[in-house]
Amino acid sequence: MTALHHKLLRELWGMKSQALAIALVFASGVATYVMSLTTLHSLQVTQASFYSDYRFADVFVSLKRAPESVAEQIAEIEGIRFVQTEVVAGANLDIEGYPDPATAMLVSYDEERTKLNRLFLRTGRVADPLRGDEVVVSEAFAEAHRLRPGDTLSPIVNGKKERLTIVGIALSPDYILQLPPASLVPDFRSYAILWMARKPLAAAYDMDEAFNAVSLQIDPGANPFEIVDRLDRLLARYGGLGAYTRKDQPSRRYLSEEFRQLQAMATVFPVIFLSVSAFLLYVVFGRLIQLQREEVATLKAFGYSNFAIGMHYSQLVVAIVAVGLAIGSAAGVWLAQGLSAMYITFYRFPYLQFRLDAEVFLQAFLIALAAAFTGSLFAVRRAALQPPAEAMRPEPPGRYRRTWLDRGGLRRLLSEPSRMIARNLQRRPGKALLTSIGIAAAYSILVMGLFFKDSIDYMLDVQFRLTERDDITVSFVEPTSRSALFDLLRIPGVEQAEAFRAVPVRLRHEQRTYRTVIQGFEPDSTLRSIRNTELEPASIPEEGLLMTDYLADLLRVRPGEEVTVEILEGARPVRRIPLAGTISQFLGVSGYMQVKSLNRLVGEGNAISGAFLLIDTARENEIYSKLKGMPRIAGTEVKRKALRSLTESMGEQMLIFAGIATLLAAIIAFGVVYNSARIALSERARELASLRIFGYTRGEASFILLGELSLLTLVSLPLGMLMGRWLCGMFVRNLQTDLFRLPLVLEPRTYAYAALVVLICSLVSGWIVHREIKRLDLVGVLKTRE
Amino acid sequence: MNISTVFEARDLTKVYVMGEVRVEALRGVNLDLYSSELVVLLGPSGSGKSTLLNILGGLDTATTGSVSYAGKDLTKVTDRELTEYRRYHVGFVFQFYNLIPSLTARENVSVVTEIASNPMVPDDALDLVGLRDRMDHFPSQMSGGEQQRVAIARAIAKNPAVLLCDEPTGALDSATGVIVLEALERANQQMGTTTAIITHNSDIAAMGDRVLRMHNGSIASVERPPQKKTAREITW
Repeated sequence: MTALHHKLLRELWGMKSQALAIALVFASGVATYVMSLTTLHSLQVTQASFYSDYRFADVFVSLKRAPESVAEQIAEIEGIRFVQTEVVAGANLDIEGYPDPATAMLVSYDEERTKLNRLFLRTGRVADPLRGDEVVVSEAFAEAHRLRPGDTLSPIVNGKKERLTIVGIALSPDYILQLPPASLVPDFRSYAILWMARKPLAAAYDMDEAFNAVSLQIDPGANPFEIVDRLDRLLARYGGLGAYTRKDQPSRRYLSEEFRQLQAMATVFPVIFLSVSAFLLYVVFGRLIQLQREEVATLKAFGYSNFAIGMHYSQLVVAIVAVGLAIGSAAGVWLAQGLSAMYITFYRFPYLQFRLDAEVFLQAFLIALAAAFTGSLFAVRRAALQPPAEAMRPEPPGRYRRTWLDRGGLRRLLSEPSRMIARNLQRRPGKALLTSIGIAAAYSILVMGLFFKDSIDYMLDVQFRLTERDDITVSFVEPTSRSALFDLLRIPGVEQAEAFRAVPVRLRHEQRTYRTVIQGFEPDSTLRSIRNTELEPASIPEEGLLMTDYLADLLRVRPGEEVTVEILEGARPVRRIPLAGTISQFLGVSGYMQVKSLNRLVGEGNAISGAFLLIDTARENEIYSKLKGMPRIAGTEVKRKALRSLTESMGEQMLIFAGIATLLAAIIAFGVVYNSARIALSERARELASLRIFGYTRGEASFILLGELSLLTLVSLPLGMLMGRWLCGMFVRNLQTDLFRLPLVLEPRTYAYAALVVLICSLVSGWIVHREIKRLDLVGVLKTRE
Repeated sequence: MNISTVFEARDLTKVYVMGEVRVEALRGVNLDLYSSELVVLLGPSGSGKSTLLNILGGLDTATTGSVSYAGKDLTKVTDRELTEYRRYHVGFVFQFYNLIPSLTARENVSVVTEIASNPMVPDDALDLVGLRDRMDHFPSQMSGGEQQRVAIARAIAKNPAVLLCDEPTGALDSATGVIVLEALERANQQMGTTTAIITHNSDIAAMGDRVLRMHNGSIASVERPPQKKTAREITW
């Protein structure tokens, strides 16, 4: 170890609290980077291995009913490697001690026949192929109701209440997310996937030697879109509902969106933290090297080269980065474990292949190092190139100038200490601005952490208070005559019922297509109120189609232009229809029409797909049990519960996110304020000691330092508001998906809370520095001249 | 002139412990300073004169012994009381001026008058040291002598009872030093401020009412110069 190394270590020790503050900001950047990418890679690896080990299909299609022989015709389509026919049916579910409506997806599964989307059995076994009273239950649902093999379930299968014994608990690659049909959030409590033997299930639904769903495996080189196209043509006469590839498979689509968010997180946060770290290094090193100008000159006088001096200070930078990297990597791995664990309770993977990539750490190290050198480059360069003779001379007093503050009446308003603050700020406005930007960065991260709650609250409020005003949405197994509405109205406690029609379609404009649903509402609907882009109630025109603005953007279609509508049910007509307007919606994407005109478009009579109900909540359990007994009903969605499960699933994530953001922002705020205060203290120790000698109290001397910082903190708040809003806007744009679009809504209390945290961090660092003023060496400072 | 004792120091010792080394900076100093007198403390570096001055000025505390100012024992007061003592009673002048670079000459004076109880108008204090026309200059725009005169103006502006000057001409050339000494002399004569000047320059001793020679942590001799010179008569 050379003498310079000793100097390095001692100096590092001497500035340990400052170095640690910087290292922690570095660590935060590294931690978010490592956390996001490690979680992302782990989930991706887990997904890929689950998909390949359990043979996730490539193309999916549902249809009304086709004889088994059609499977051979499908197999003849070029590029198809394997065809698996299935029987899938929805059923209402009776669960003991759970009065709320629950539904199940019954899926055929035979150990022999099922080669795609195979089950991962957590416990038990699959159903005996010949027995109709055995069932395998999806794990999420089993956990929610504490079900075990041997327990029983009572689905209403084709109008008949069955009693099924659970023989196994399982997961499958096509139901990673337990997402009820037409719902946007997973529901573990009132939605189950039940796998039954094919034969008895087919018998119950009149599907002997027939099927109503197909999963395909295709050749690696095959064009999936061509296969989808040929499949649609082939299955049109069997009531095909439009084939789709993995990309549109609901579970997978959700996951892809999640991955995109993680990727965004892996970019935005580290960029902020590393920029702040670079700034801190710039400030701290600039000061350190200025303080050491005489030492540098001495070293040079003894024959140290510019390079050696440059290396010496670079090593100091690397040491700080290394500490940050070590802390950040450890914290990142720890957070990634927590985050992944949270994800797999939401996305039901059977296992997690937690993977640490050496590459991620190496990247984090290189990025952090690049940021560090950007920050310290000027200071280190200045040290290396400093001419020794000049450095030996003491620095002249700082140059100050009279400024506009000294003119006019303002002069009389300021005391001398206030004037010192003002002049110091004016002398180095760039540095002052950087400090404020640093604090503002902390503020903006807090705003962003809290933003999601504001945004989601607002989104839910718009969705469930303004738009969807019904208590229960009932959907029928298939389009039904309008008289079904009267059956619903006859249930005691149902106060109002409004019919709706929902038709699966593929919308096309020029070369862009999108699979969705056109919903038909009554023209005078009071239970559904669609909103224009200003969130005012909009009415659906008699002719033409309304669509979510996001969908119109996806299809690049403007009001007045025509859209091609491929109806994916019934006779599957293809129509052209003008886009009448766009509406605003934060959840999902749909088209909207009046029931009558939609039925006209489909070419069916007065059919309805379901109804919105307004009920007397005191009688809800009575109503639920009546609904469960109605064979025509495929699904019952209770608004209150949908809202709760949405809030629960998002709430936990938001809370964790806000917690992490608060911690990270506190680190930044503290790092910036504390370092700025420390530097100001060392730069002005002589001045402050002089004031103390003249009889200024510690508080009065602190005022000059802390007053300046308070001012910079106050300036940073409006700056942080703007930055925070900008950051949220960026997130909103990046996270826009067809599943949901977060509105850019920030409540005043969010700004206030963020400001409070920043102020507390500033106060704490101010208090620490204030204590250090007590230790100012009044005598020593007079002896040497800086 | 009404002569009374301003400072009474008895058996003052000061020991610095630096690691394993004990440095005895003062070894039993006994000293009285009287009102309105100008005392020159003379001695080589390391003789303890700065330590003594710092203790008298309330910047440092003695290890043993007592110092009383106007009857009050400075060794038995709190930090807050010491701050008040410096604030209202003592004026300091240092070798390196210790001006605040961000303030103009006038403002460097008002930084003290703002907190004092019975101060002069800063302009008058600067006038007294001959800097009326440099009042709005910043330290970086002034010569060393000018900066030191601002420091003197700052020290006298609060109308202190004592003026403590540690090598006030140490960083200046002879001609400039004389101008600074004249400023000190004028403050002492016109305002009757008890003034103690530390120096290692024996030529300056001639302007003192009394000259205390310090050696190795104690006062070696006390003399009254037979013929007190004015600052103008001094050269080195």
